[in-house]
Amino acid sequence: MNLAALMIADSRFPGGGHVHSGGLEEAVARRLVTDEASLASFLIGRLRTAGALGAVFASAACRGRYAELDAELDARTPSPAQRNASRVQGRGIARAARRAWPTAALAELLRVTPRPHHPVIVGVLVGEPFEAAQTVAYHAVTGPATGAIRLLGLDPFGVNAVLARLAPEIDAIAATAAGHADTPPADLPAPSAPGLDLLAEAHDRHHTEEVRLFVS
Amino acid sequence: MTATTRKRCVSLSADHVHPVNFDPTDAGHDPHHPHDHGHRAVRLGIGGPVGSGKTALTAALCRALGDSVNLAVVTNDIYTTEDADFLRAAGVLDVERIEAVQTGACPHTAIRDDITANLDAVELLEQRIHGLELVIIESGGDNLTAVFSRGLVDRQVFVVDVAGGDKVPRKGGPGVTTADLLVINKTDLAPLVGADLGVMTADAHRMRGGLPVIAQSLVDTPDAPAVADWVRAQLRTLAAVS
Repeated sequence: MNLAALMIADSRFPGGGHVHSGGLEEAVARRLVTDEASLASFLIGRLRTAGALGAVFASAACRGRYAELDAELDARTPSPAQRNASRVQGRGIARAARRAWPTAALAELLRVTPRPHHPVIVGVLVGEPFEAAQTVAYHAVTGPATGAIRLLGLDPFGVNAVLARLAPEIDAIAATAAGHADTPPADLPAPSAPGLDLLAEAHDRHHTEEVRLFVS
Repeated sequence: MTATTRKRCVSLSADHVHPVNFDPTDAGHDPHHPHDHGHRAVRLGIGGPVGSGKTALTAALCRALGDSVNLAVVTNDIYTTEDADFLRAAGVLDVERIEAVQTGACPHTAIRDDITANLDAVELLEQRIHGLELVIIESGGDNLTAVFSRGLVDRQVFVVDVAGGDKVPRKGGPGVTTADLLVINKTDLAPLVGADLGVMTADAHRMRGGLPVIAQSLVDTPDAPAVADWVRAQLRTLAAVS
């Protein structure tokens, strides 16, 4: 795996990812996730939907067409809160990337879209379809998983094992996504999770009413 | 979902409310704003343990400096908008001059290891308020090892208080030893909690070498004049450098 992929996937990468839980905080507040078993179920659901969608766009972003990808990912993300969370994280990665990897491809992406979607900028930075997809698919589950450790006090070794068991599924999703690297943006798959959309919107509304520790 | 909105959804009245935002005007292309790179406000961090008086000091500085300095505040309290609400209720700052940052349950990470969310908040304030001169970034309450990244702030104040125990300065830690200013707060409580103020300030000076220490009580001096003077001096120094 190339170093950019490893660095971006590292939870210590300063891209602002640690303040996002991918809907996990709202799921915890509603007692939908309470232990390792329900966390594993949440993560598999998120990986097969939001994870698979992000993986496909990360893979496709290795081939350019940034404006089209930006619009097509907007169209596949019905929740305004999720669109914003994706762009906030993309902008955070962009701030770190301008210093670390000032390439022509990055400059072109930021010219087209100054607040790029998270999967698109990861694709641009990693540059290889399978590894870009793998990084984004892993991101889709590692954020909520560490969020569960902080919010529920779950055993970190147990949660780490849950993540490790997702490896075959993450690789399968990344392989499928890599096969779409050259698919026209409008024809890219559109897996979705209405439940995650609803959780994201509910989380966003609760922001202003009661305690929420994460942005999403 | 509140009971009211749920009831409306079930009854399907004409004005029913959906839990999901289907407003098509929200679905447009990224509504980003161009960033003005020409201007950058001075950034002052205020950190310290829970309950030491960070928010009260922030409010005092807003009162003392608000008339002469164009300033805004970013709060990192883990309870989302708690500190922002306190500042609004205190009437020391307009609502548009306050941004609350969510730290994902890791307040020290948000001011030190990954400062992205705080930088976003600072830049948002700089875009919103023309000619902004000073942004005070108040950390969430944390432990003695939490300090601000130099990538986030130009100067930082660490606040400890008399009631937290007079051995705190002696324990050291990067907050006590390296902050640009150490404030020993709530000096009026010293006789009530049996704290030796002389020991605290002597320990603080010993741990910090030549770095300044201010002991104060916001009960005795509500507008924190000594700290406000120090901040004014920093603003002059930083203006001369830039």
